[in-house]
Amino acid sequence: MNEILRKEVLAPRITEFEVYAPEIAAKAQPGHFVILRVHEKGERIPLTIADYDAVKGTITMVSQEVGKTTSQLATLEVGDSLADLVGPLGTPMHIEKVGCVVCVSGGLGVAPMYPKARRFYELGSKVVSFIGAQTKEMLIFKERMEKVSHHVGYSTDDGSFGHHGFVTDLLRKFLESGKEVDEVVAIGPLPMMRAAARVTRDFGVKTVVSLNPIMVDGTGMCGGCRVTVGGEVKFACVDGPAFDGHKVDFEELMARQNRFLEEERIAMERFRAQGEGCKCQER
Amino acid sequence: MPREIAQRHQMPKQDPRERIRNFNEVALGYSPETAISEAKRCIQCPKRPCVGGCPVGVDIPDFIALLREGRFGEAAKKIKEKNSLPAICGRVCPQETQCEAVCTLGRAKNQKPVAIGALERFVADWERRELATLGGNSPAAGNEGATAKVAVVGSGPAGLTCAAELAKFGYRVVLFEALHEVGGVLRYGIPEFRLPKAILDEEVQYVKNLGVEIRTNMLIGQTLTIDDLFNDGFRAVFIGTGAGLPHFLGIPGENLNGVYSANEYLTRSNLMKAYLFPEYDTPIKTGKRVAVVGAGNVAMDAARTALRLGAEKVMIVYRRSRAEMPARAEEIENAEEEGVELMLLTNPVRVIGNEKGWVTGMECMRMELGEPDESGRRRPVPVKGSEFTLEIDTMISAIGTDPNPLLTKRTPGLVLGRHGNIIIDEKTGETSIPGVFAGGDIVTGSATVIAAMGAGKLAARGIHEYIRSRGW
Repeated sequence: MNEILRKEVLAPRITEFEVYAPEIAAKAQPGHFVILRVHEKGERIPLTIADYDAVKGTITMVSQEVGKTTSQLATLEVGDSLADLVGPLGTPMHIEKVGCVVCVSGGLGVAPMYPKARRFYELGSKVVSFIGAQTKEMLIFKERMEKVSHHVGYSTDDGSFGHHGFVTDLLRKFLESGKEVDEVVAIGPLPMMRAAARVTRDFGVKTVVSLNPIMVDGTGMCGGCRVTVGGEVKFACVDGPAFDGHKVDFEELMARQNRFLEEERIAMERFRAQGEGCKCQER
Repeated sequence: MPREIAQRHQMPKQDPRERIRNFNEVALGYSPETAISEAKRCIQCPKRPCVGGCPVGVDIPDFIALLREGRFGEAAKKIKEKNSLPAICGRVCPQETQCEAVCTLGRAKNQKPVAIGALERFVADWERRELATLGGNSPAAGNEGATAKVAVVGSGPAGLTCAAELAKFGYRVVLFEALHEVGGVLRYGIPEFRLPKAILDEEVQYVKNLGVEIRTNMLIGQTLTIDDLFNDGFRAVFIGTGAGLPHFLGIPGENLNGVYSANEYLTRSNLMKAYLFPEYDTPIKTGKRVAVVGAGNVAMDAARTALRLGAEKVMIVYRRSRAEMPARAEEIENAEEEGVELMLLTNPVRVIGNEKGWVTGMECMRMELGEPDESGRRRPVPVKGSEFTLEIDTMISAIGTDPNPLLTKRTPGLVLGRHGNIIIDEKTGETSIPGVFAGGDIVTGSATVIAAMGAGKLAARGIHEYIRSRGW
């Protein structure tokens, strides 16, 4: 079970995995996520489902190496299996046909955005996508997003591709141009989602964000992923991960994401010290 | 002339100064000699009130009679006729309010009840060691001939018991568990020092050997629905998904860093083995000054875990008085021996944090007891002007849990009670949906391991009748 059937390095430290998981693939909807463990002593990490194929019985996930677990995940090869995989988790995003939806993604966020943009597109909505990345090299899912969008705009932090600046600049410009927009979906790093929600608030446009806080069980049992939305405490794992971007308390969530920074650093250093040598010998 | 009866034998425990530095089991169990001597205290009274005091009806005097003759293996078999998880029950059952509470000997002058729990534990542990030296449990029963398939959802005490009983009836049983390991609250909730996971593993192995197939990482309600299970050919479904939804106090500051639900704190430590970080990857913040809010067994578990993780000061903060503390007397005693401080008649009103979002303190009020409330306990009333600040870096909320709504929300037609609990026919365990049964904390709200086991057992019988009546 949970065998990796395809692995592709999309950009430096960003890897796509297609995993055999027929039961999850049969139920997956845009907005669902999974929790996985790489090995028997590993932690449980949530990853959004970037694509699914019920016929082949596979799901696709994209992971960026930011800590020990994601770095270890990147060492797995085709034919290896995940220790554990459970899903689909969360509540699927509510998607219906609208006149025009703007999909704003930053960094890795474009992977979870893809199935949502595709669903909007298939339902006959006009899809405008803005995709931001650090550099041209770090830009992923470009062709896939172009297939399910009527218009795509790009931005990079260093100006190596598209607009030189923030992806939310593109969003602001588009809204300022007076085009009719029914809904904005923003997925990416927390500061980007917060910025997107600030832009759209000025224009009174409904905005949905997808949160990915620290989780343990992913079934509503531990409350570790709690987030304040409109003054109420919600569990992102079961009530989300999609929420009204205008109501999310981003400052609180950003602070909560720092809970284990020190432990993450210790784990990463230990992994580097142990890992690098072995990896060279194996290959 | 009545024979002279010895005094109740205390179970030896690890020294408190030692044990707060390790996660090994605190209570060490009887030696064979002590067990026999304790068993001889049982007067084998004809009324056998203890059997009625046991939610699964273990034939207590009979196993004790075998035990005192040194027939340990037969004593173990006698218990297992009624209880599939004796090593667990011997450790975590509140015997003082069940079998031992009604023990005839306990009513005699200058006598305490027979230590039934300790004896059950001894017998179960003896059998496990014996089986280990014989090279493992008895071979798998493998109910290949069985026709009807039954699904059990949730592998906590209710699910494990129901699955075991159904396998004994001869059904093909598949037990679904959402987490990556089996045991439910026995795995994620109860710490190693109270229930070693190796013991849980062996009890689970016993259930597997009865022919039960276990599928972990299967979240029923998401991966498969109840309808999917029926479509897959299961004739009946038992829901034992527990009371997994944590309560928070609803006071300001509860989302600060350093505030945990007891579920999160204990799951990180027990299931994910964060106490072995960085050998295991899941982190937990140790905390130097820890306040645990609540006074049940879960609160004691969280407080004692915090001590073992290296906290310098651990306080139980409880708004009522000692008499109302819901935890077992034994657990309160253990916690106090280890240095946990009880701050009674104290109620938190807000959690205070610094500019980076970390907990620095907790504002509390002193309470006094007023008139009895609907629970019959005297209502705690705040004392005006008694606010004070407790300096802490970790706050653990252990004020109870509600039934987990994940599966019930996604099962149309399932009738629920006010707290999201599943309503069942108390005689059969059947829910409002034909063929769907339920038991344990998902029905009662958080209760005891043994009550959940009793419910699992009752539902297994209900499922058996249901399937038989349809000629499947």
